Amino acid sequence: MHARAEASNEPVAAWPEEIFAILQRYDVRQVPYVPDAGHSQLIQRVLGSANMRGIPLTTEEEGVALLAGAWAGGQKGVLLMQSSGVGNCINMLSLTQIFRFPFLTLVTMRGEWGEFNPWQVPMGSSTQGVFELSGIRVLRATEPAEVKDVMEAAASQAYNACTPTALLLSQRLIGTKVFVK
Amino acid sequence: MSKANLLDRRQVVNTLLADRKDALVVAGLGASTYDLAAAGDHARNLYLWGAMGGAVMIGLGLALAQPKLPVVVVTGDGEMLMGMGSLATVGLQKPKNLTILVLDNEAYGETGGQVSHTSASADLVGVARACGIPDSKEISTLGEIEAFAKLMQDVTSGPRFANVKIDGANLERVLSNRDGMFIMTRLRGALGHAPI
Repeated sequence: MHARAEASNEPVAAWPEEIFAILQRYDVRQVPYVPDAGHSQLIQRVLGSANMRGIPLTTEEEGVALLAGAWAGGQKGVLLMQSSGVGNCINMLSLTQIFRFPFLTLVTMRGEWGEFNPWQVPMGSSTQGVFELSGIRVLRATEPAEVKDVMEAAASQAYNACTPTALLLSQRLIGTKVFVK
Repeated sequence: MSKANLLDRRQVVNTLLADRKDALVVAGLGASTYDLAAAGDHARNLYLWGAMGGAVMIGLGLALAQPKLPVVVVTGDGEMLMGMGSLATVGLQKPKNLTILVLDNEAYGETGGQVSHTSASADLVGVARACGIPDSKEISTLGEIEAFAKLMQDVTSGPRFANVKIDGANLERVLSNRDGMFIMTRLRGALGHAPI
């Protein structure tokens, strides 16, 4: 089990960089997000990028609608959120079926691996089911070494085949959040 | 039960889009979509029949992708209330080519006319301004709409927001196309993007 440190002394992992490189290769331009510690490294890379626009949201469903608009205008995007935000998106996920645009979301998981906070467990437990009921294909990465391959598959089916896809990044991968007094 | 001093929604949208040029227009679900259809079908129209609360965000994604084109979101007070957070997101991104116009009849006209928050307490212009869209105003005359239609063509001075108090008349529905794939592919085609 990896302990997840706070942002100031966040260990630099290789997999967020691998995700970033794949997003770059697919010419992803708009990156809406509601922050999560598990996404912090990737968000930093996006905000420092000259050709990507990081777009902070007030709620995750905004990101689904934003990506539909981006595609209408000819740009690809990716939505970054944590599992608790997936429930906020449900009705807006209709857009993925109505417009069949290349929807990809990367979801950092909570509530599934040594979770301290019981409030994370209900939504974390239903995240995959919610996606599947909403017509979104779900892929999951659990080990650091597999992130690159799974991300490559997710990006390919989302951007090449317009198959709406969620990549779940396991809590085991990102590390269990440590609560200390 | 229309009041004499309030504007007619179809006249507002017709006036706004009479000389639309290259503008891309997103309409929120319900009456706003019918108003956009009534103003004339167009390849650059994105009609919504659902996704309530998402109109401004769709407009934002479009505006960021096409910064040289005017992007206009026309939606109702109920739809805007559901997506109020998106005004904060727009306020942060400050897309210079985005214009938002709310047709405010202070009611949910599509579902029986139940009153909305704007009828009593919510001030959407105040919300937009407080969210970081300083160019936010109340519009009450067709003359102001004409001026606003010219302003919306300026892709260097947005974002801008206007709330228009309209009368509560339930007009005959003018149904737009409702096949999302057709609407999306047609709009992308108008911008030169081929299907996958």
